[in-house]
Amino acid sequence: MSTLTAAWHWLTDPAHWSGDDGIGHRLLQHLVLTAVCLVISCVLALPVALVLGHLGKGGALAVNISNVGRAVPTFAVLVLLLLTPVGKWGEGPTVAALVLFAVPPLLTNAYVGMREVDRGVVRAARGMGMTGRQMLLRVELPLALPMIMNGVRIAAVQLVATATIAALAGGGGLGRIITAGFNLASTPQVVAGALLVAVFALVVEAVFEIAERLAPVWARGGR
Amino acid sequence: MTAPPDDCLARNEWICGAYLRTRRHILLDAVLQHLQLTAVSILIGLAIAVPLAVLARRWGWAAGPVLAVTTILYTIPSLAMFSLLLPVYGLSATLVVAGLVLYSLTLLVRNILAGLRAVPEETRQAARGLGYGPIRLLLAVELPLALPAAMAGLRIATVSAVSLVTVGAIVGFGGLGNLIYAGMNTYFKAQVLTASVLCVLIAVVADLLLLAVQWLITPWTRAGRTRVPPRRVRARTTASRV
Repeated sequence: MSTLTAAWHWLTDPAHWSGDDGIGHRLLQHLVLTAVCLVISCVLALPVALVLGHLGKGGALAVNISNVGRAVPTFAVLVLLLLTPVGKWGEGPTVAALVLFAVPPLLTNAYVGMREVDRGVVRAARGMGMTGRQMLLRVELPLALPMIMNGVRIAAVQLVATATIAALAGGGGLGRIITAGFNLASTPQVVAGALLVAVFALVVEAVFEIAERLAPVWARGGR
Repeated sequence: MTAPPDDCLARNEWICGAYLRTRRHILLDAVLQHLQLTAVSILIGLAIAVPLAVLARRWGWAAGPVLAVTTILYTIPSLAMFSLLLPVYGLSATLVVAGLVLYSLTLLVRNILAGLRAVPEETRQAARGLGYGPIRLLLAVELPLALPAAMAGLRIATVSAVSLVTVGAIVGFGGLGNLIYAGMNTYFKAQVLTASVLCVLIAVVADLLLLAVQWLITPWTRAGRTRVPPRRVRARTTASRV
């Protein structure tokens, strides 16, 4: 209990909130890193998954990429990238490693979502004379949206978590508070950092939850 | 032994035979620690998950809270998890194992419960009609029938645990992660690449072994009619842990 109290004191000390190593700056770094990587991953993964799902090809590919992603340690990829020429380019390795790990859930969920759209509805759309493009954008995409958004949500939470690992390789973000705490042998600081990350992850979950509640009925998967 | 000036160690190349020869013991120790941490965590995870899933199946009201708690545990980033457990276990291998157990619970409980729920009601009634008591029903009918789903969860949990052990390097018990961590600080390319490749190899081999075990212990799933269980991608389990 005393550790939690000490962690609370560490968190509420205004001195720890300001400056380049302060909580405020680390929080911002974490947020920017997560957001940038999420956008890049979505831009890369979603169009591919949508087209593959529409054509009904590459299902094994989507699932296998997801499984491979699970077997490769983020930390190893991060360090490997750090030692390559990419490493000279600031946050390059971190962004690359994070994107690599956000793509599989996006790809799998979007693909499965597209495939799970009622085939009868798709056939009806074709019967009405819709072109492939119209079917994709007006029928399949809206119906698959809840599943796609679930993938985005998983990817977002995962990014918040993975961004912590970046600190092990000298990157920025909230993980730095934890690693700095380890180096200083300051348990309260470590616990405070861990709490910050956990709260951040839960806030991201909550934001998606609220967005889902506010979304129109058809986008929630309501029948 | 001093290395000749122009061997691949001195040139710090990614792929280096001399590294494998001279650091064989270090690599072997790291692999052993990696395997130990993974195996112990998964076994403890199973020992906790099976009773939890059985209880959640028996008492319907328990399922919600059990799933909710394990899912929340899964949301906590690994670096944060290890550090939250730090005050309890200190800098020790137990800390890493405890963290990994907590993560494996989500995947294991969810899948075992799904397997138990998928046992047809008629099957259970038939067993009861044959005079099976609740314990015998569980051990001889329900658990075996839940095996395919449970094994799917076990495979995912094991592969995730293998890659998660590396983060244990932060407390000095990361198996091959220790070598990656040290290699990062000294810019030792051969060590980082070798350790990373070994990590992936361990994960792949473990997955194949479990697949073989599953094939051996569930002969009924491949007898005559190949009844493929519906493999739907569960939203939660598609996320890999970091």
